[in-house]
Amino acid sequence: MKLKGTEILLKILEEEEVDIIFGYPGGTVLDIYDKLYNSSRLKHILVRHEQGAVHAADGYARATGKVGVCLVTSGPGATNTVTGIATANMDSIPLVVFTGQVPTTLIGNDAFQECDITGITRPCSKHNFLVRNIEELASTIKEAFHIARTGRPGPVLVDLPKNVMASETDYDPANIQIRNIETAHKPVPKKMAKVFEMIMNAKKPLIMTGGGVILGKAASELTELARKYSIPVTGTLMGIGSFPGTDPLWLGMLGMHGTYYANMAVSHCDLLIAVGVRFDDRVTGTIETFAPNAQIIQIDIDPSSINKNVVVDLPIIGDTKATLQDVIKFLAEHNYVQQADERSQWLNQIAEWREKVPLTYTQNGQLIKPQHVIETLYKVTKGNVIITTEVGQNQMWTAQFFPFDRPNQLITSGGLGTMGYGLPAAIGVKCAFPDKHVVDIAGDGSIQMNIQELATAAQYKINVKIVLLNNSYLGMVRQWQELFYDKRYSNTDMTYAPDFVKLAEAYGIAGLRAEKPEEVEPTLAEGLALDRPVLMDFRVSREECVYPMVGPGSSITEMRLGTREMIN
Amino acid sequence: MEKKEHIISILVHNKPDVLARIAGTLGGKGYNIESLSVNTTTSYEISKIVMTSIGNQATITRIENQLRKIVDVTQVDDLTNVESIHREMILVKMALTAETKDKIENLIDTHKWKVIVSTNSYLILEITGDKPQIDFALARLEPLGISDITRTGIVALKLDD
Repeated sequence: MKLKGTEILLKILEEEEVDIIFGYPGGTVLDIYDKLYNSSRLKHILVRHEQGAVHAADGYARATGKVGVCLVTSGPGATNTVTGIATANMDSIPLVVFTGQVPTTLIGNDAFQECDITGITRPCSKHNFLVRNIEELASTIKEAFHIARTGRPGPVLVDLPKNVMASETDYDPANIQIRNIETAHKPVPKKMAKVFEMIMNAKKPLIMTGGGVILGKAASELTELARKYSIPVTGTLMGIGSFPGTDPLWLGMLGMHGTYYANMAVSHCDLLIAVGVRFDDRVTGTIETFAPNAQIIQIDIDPSSINKNVVVDLPIIGDTKATLQDVIKFLAEHNYVQQADERSQWLNQIAEWREKVPLTYTQNGQLIKPQHVIETLYKVTKGNVIITTEVGQNQMWTAQFFPFDRPNQLITSGGLGTMGYGLPAAIGVKCAFPDKHVVDIAGDGSIQMNIQELATAAQYKINVKIVLLNNSYLGMVRQWQELFYDKRYSNTDMTYAPDFVKLAEAYGIAGLRAEKPEEVEPTLAEGLALDRPVLMDFRVSREECVYPMVGPGSSITEMRLGTREMIN
Repeated sequence: MEKKEHIISILVHNKPDVLARIAGTLGGKGYNIESLSVNTTTSYEISKIVMTSIGNQATITRIENQLRKIVDVTQVDDLTNVESIHREMILVKMALTAETKDKIENLIDTHKWKVIVSTNSYLILEITGDKPQIDFALARLEPLGISDITRTGIVALKLDD
């Protein structure tokens, strides 16, 4: 069967069970868009900026576990995707990004809207392709999906020259051959015996869960292991939701803005079982003082994550789900029973830390505290919501004050820390789960980086809710300036901003505002109940800081606690 | 841990940008490639890259792990800790003067170096050997006036176990 390049693309998207594309048309992809015009199976969401397309596909991918798909034009269309691709790459999110390219005959001539997008994205994608002829189109697209979702997932870019897409070739789906890229390593039994021995000998074990547990769909195994043997659990930002946030064994996030008790636990444990983490500097503080008393087991699918920052005692390279299943099975078969008195001593110690410095804030006077907004959101929704965040204080308060019970319930840019992520990501999530509440917890700085996507939400009636914690500052940068730069607020005052309620209305969505603590709950209730996209502008206490905070270059036991004394 | 030069042998799919991926991945993470040699194997589809990098074992392991993550890389071996042979080649152009001519010819006779171009005014020598042998040759030739030189990267092959 002879098919055009554009037809092959659409056929394979259907075979890959893609149901939605986030994109933006332009010169080199006109032929593809012309084919999309007739497609009944592929829904296309027209974003307002290509960065928004990638974040939306990323949000969709995180919420569903499927590969997110984008389509943009060449040149500036392609370069605008770079931040989104780098965001997905840092957090290992499977995406396939299709970019238009000038005809192969013009490549290298500085043609109109030409750029070497495979060159540009090489260091920030899992892989990329420039399709040089029609014969390799089908296998390349198939391979792109395979690479995106296999092993440690990631974004793959496929650059499609206009003339390749316009030419024809024989298409036989049975004849498409792709390379088998990766095979997960299988942990060896010898290592299981070692795990058993280490757990047996541990008096103060701690589990540290990360994004790899969510990506590896290993949350139920991790939860089973922790609950069965009463092992407390802390997590990285990306690991939040992989263990129920309402479980007494959950200590919250560790690291720079971790809870006091999580940071104390990791600093005093004698066994750290680290699953699907890569020991980011925001988590470890100074490496020399990280988990100084602990033997460390690290389970990760990516060998390059092992011994990169923290040297571990027992590395296990493997799929997190299969490996945890092996651990659970081995412990059960060998009748492991924890020493109840030792374990309760350890849990009591943690309870003391928790009681001494709980996660808290002071509610005073007539100012709305941002933490109060987040707690109230939990109360109003009963936790039945998927949350995206922007980046900065809004993100850290969300991680601290909203108990997440399910994987992929918190969708946030962890590794790259991309401002402007939350709104387009929420749009992607809502497209996947139209019947669920999807809330973007935003800051006034971040939201303005992709505010144009309000038009996308309005056009398609994608009823995302934006909870704007508006302090008229770049709050996190201001916090650093307050604490480490003698309150010299260089270029962080964002007082000059639009009236967000009017702006929302101008975009055709609902805008609400709350200025007093007692208005928080009614505003959230009203905003969530409206059958429209809503922006809720909460004017919060301007100089509230995120605490605890570990200063840069410090041990994670050296926490600033705000109004309290620094506690060691 | 001791820092030393490691010879890493890499099999890759012979694609237009595969070298850029390897150089970019290592360069972007701050690892230096000291020497490099690339060509196809018996199959045009597969190329072999032999590179050297200086570092302690932990650094070299990180380099190997990063290389293995590149989709077009199919195999990575560190040839430093296994039995292997190493060769480099130089092409050296020696200017001939009344003063140096005899000395150069003596050296060539003594070491059985191969002359591949010979004119009245200059010679081009082809010398192959492992790194110490090449360094030895250069130390002898340099005082006699090298007018141009090309040195290949190291190529290396593992012996059978």
